Amino acid sequence: MKTTALQIQTPEGATFTLHVASPLLRGVAVLIDQCVMMALARVLQAFMMMLNLVSPDIATALYVLLYFLLSLLYAIILEWFWHGQTLGKRLLRLRVMDACGRQLAFSQIAVRNLLRVLDSLPVFYLLGGAVAFFSARGQRLGDTVADTVVVTLQQPKAPNIRPLIAGRWNSLRAHPVLEARLRQGISPAEATLLVQALSRRDDLDPAARLALYREIAADIQSRVTFPPTLLEDLTDEQFLRDTLDSLFAFHGRHGITEERTRAPSPRT
Amino acid sequence: MIVDLQRFLNRNEPQWRALEDVLKRIEQDPGTPLGIADITRLHALYEHASNNLAELNSAVSNPEVRKYVETLVMRAYSEVYSQRARATRFSPLRWLLQTFPQTFRKHAGFFALACAITLGGILFGGGAILADPPSREVLMPFGHDKIDPRKRVAEEEKHSLDKTRGRHAFSAHLLQNNARVSVFTFASGITYGIVSGILLFYNGAILGAISTDYVMAGQGRFLAAWLLPHGSVEIPCILFAGQAALLLGAVMFGRRSNLRLGLRIRAVLPDLVTLIGGAVVLLAWAALVESFLSQYHSPRIYILKIAFGLVEAVLLALFLAYGGRGKTT
Repeated sequence: MKTTALQIQTPEGATFTLHVASPLLRGVAVLIDQCVMMALARVLQAFMMMLNLVSPDIATALYVLLYFLLSLLYAIILEWFWHGQTLGKRLLRLRVMDACGRQLAFSQIAVRNLLRVLDSLPVFYLLGGAVAFFSARGQRLGDTVADTVVVTLQQPKAPNIRPLIAGRWNSLRAHPVLEARLRQGISPAEATLLVQALSRRDDLDPAARLALYREIAADIQSRVTFPPTLLEDLTDEQFLRDTLDSLFAFHGRHGITEERTRAPSPRT
Repeated sequence: MIVDLQRFLNRNEPQWRALEDVLKRIEQDPGTPLGIADITRLHALYEHASNNLAELNSAVSNPEVRKYVETLVMRAYSEVYSQRARATRFSPLRWLLQTFPQTFRKHAGFFALACAITLGGILFGGGAILADPPSREVLMPFGHDKIDPRKRVAEEEKHSLDKTRGRHAFSAHLLQNNARVSVFTFASGITYGIVSGILLFYNGAILGAISTDYVMAGQGRFLAAWLLPHGSVEIPCILFAGQAALLLGAVMFGRRSNLRLGLRIRAVLPDLVTLIGGAVVLLAWAALVESFLSQYHSPRIYILKIAFGLVEAVLLALFLAYGGRGKTT
């Protein structure tokens, strides 16, 4: 069965996911690398033209040798020094990885690239592309032998959830019983949905965002009844932020932040 | 369970940032060996992040936080369980003079099998020329079927000294072509060694057919002087590639092993690279000899060329039999 994600379980009990790159994206990376190699070959040719004035024989020999070395070693050297990336892969944020999530050994890099002679048959990686397309882990022949996978690289920045739950005073906190009901009534999956809806605030079209927040807020309010006076001054978005704050940050019970302790006391 | 996210972040963020700094340092300079203090710190931070990830995976949390910690663990895992030998630098000379012959001997059985297949091809090619002379059209490539050995020898001996131009380019072309053939033979091992076996047999058949053709024409001395100087290295190189291919094929069959394919091949990957790498390096020597010596067809130096080829063959055999013996890689 085709999979796009590879789960790796570490001996320490943690599990992480490698996202397998599509053959199409890999094809584009190969295309970029081919262009780079062609450009390098042109530079070589220009140097050899100058050497041609001294000795045409040596110039031809050097060109043949250097072009051969370039085509053989380009990917091997770059993948070794750039941790599984060629220029094409780097631009498209792809990376070759050991199928077990460990660091690549040189022998893996060498073998996966030597087998390009088969993968590139009959023209432009048709065989390798077809094999990768039908492979469960998107592996071409070289990857199968070297036990490697090409994954999409994700380098998320350090998280900052403060904007999600910080802001003005949380009105719900004045009602600890209702907060407790919220935590009981909202399932973990629904809480995740709430986090995602607020995290993607700026990605949503304003009208769609208002409608989505209204729908989620109405759903929550249908399960936990809040005093109308509490809700009348709150926008749906602020209600959701307060709900999230109540769900994730258990103020007064665990590690309340300094900023929160200085907040004005709730309305009575 | 819902993670108290704010508190979770306050408690763990400093360690995550410290781990990120260590990883950046390692990734920017992969060759530098790590000290004990660095290794200990990396391990401690990795375990801490692993615990955090396990906690986040078992609870509902912000996807951004989970993705960030997951990526950190992924990067740290690949460093902690690194397969790179940071402390030892690669030495090309030691690899060629020590590791290569050791690896050759370790898998000598596959070399013997490659020799046997090639020998089968030689006998087939020679036998076909003897039994059915018109088959030379099928068996001889590069226009050799159109050449009468006697005429060619007379021609070559007459113009031998005129062919001094273009030797460097010719040797470069030979190296490139032979290296590509070797790599292709090796890569074909993925077909459980079947296609590699066919290629070895076919090479043998060509060699057998051409050799028989020249010997039948009474040009055995010319043939030996032509082929031995470079062939005594070039032919073994093709056989090294065949050895690697047959080893790969055997591992793919995976008899007497319960491991999955990837892990079975992983165990022999360094040996495969050593065999094919050694073959390509020796092919450079063979190409130089073919270009600068083999193509000089003066009868006065035939005996020297034959002697040179035989000395090379003996030296290569000694190198493969005794190189790196008693030393650990």
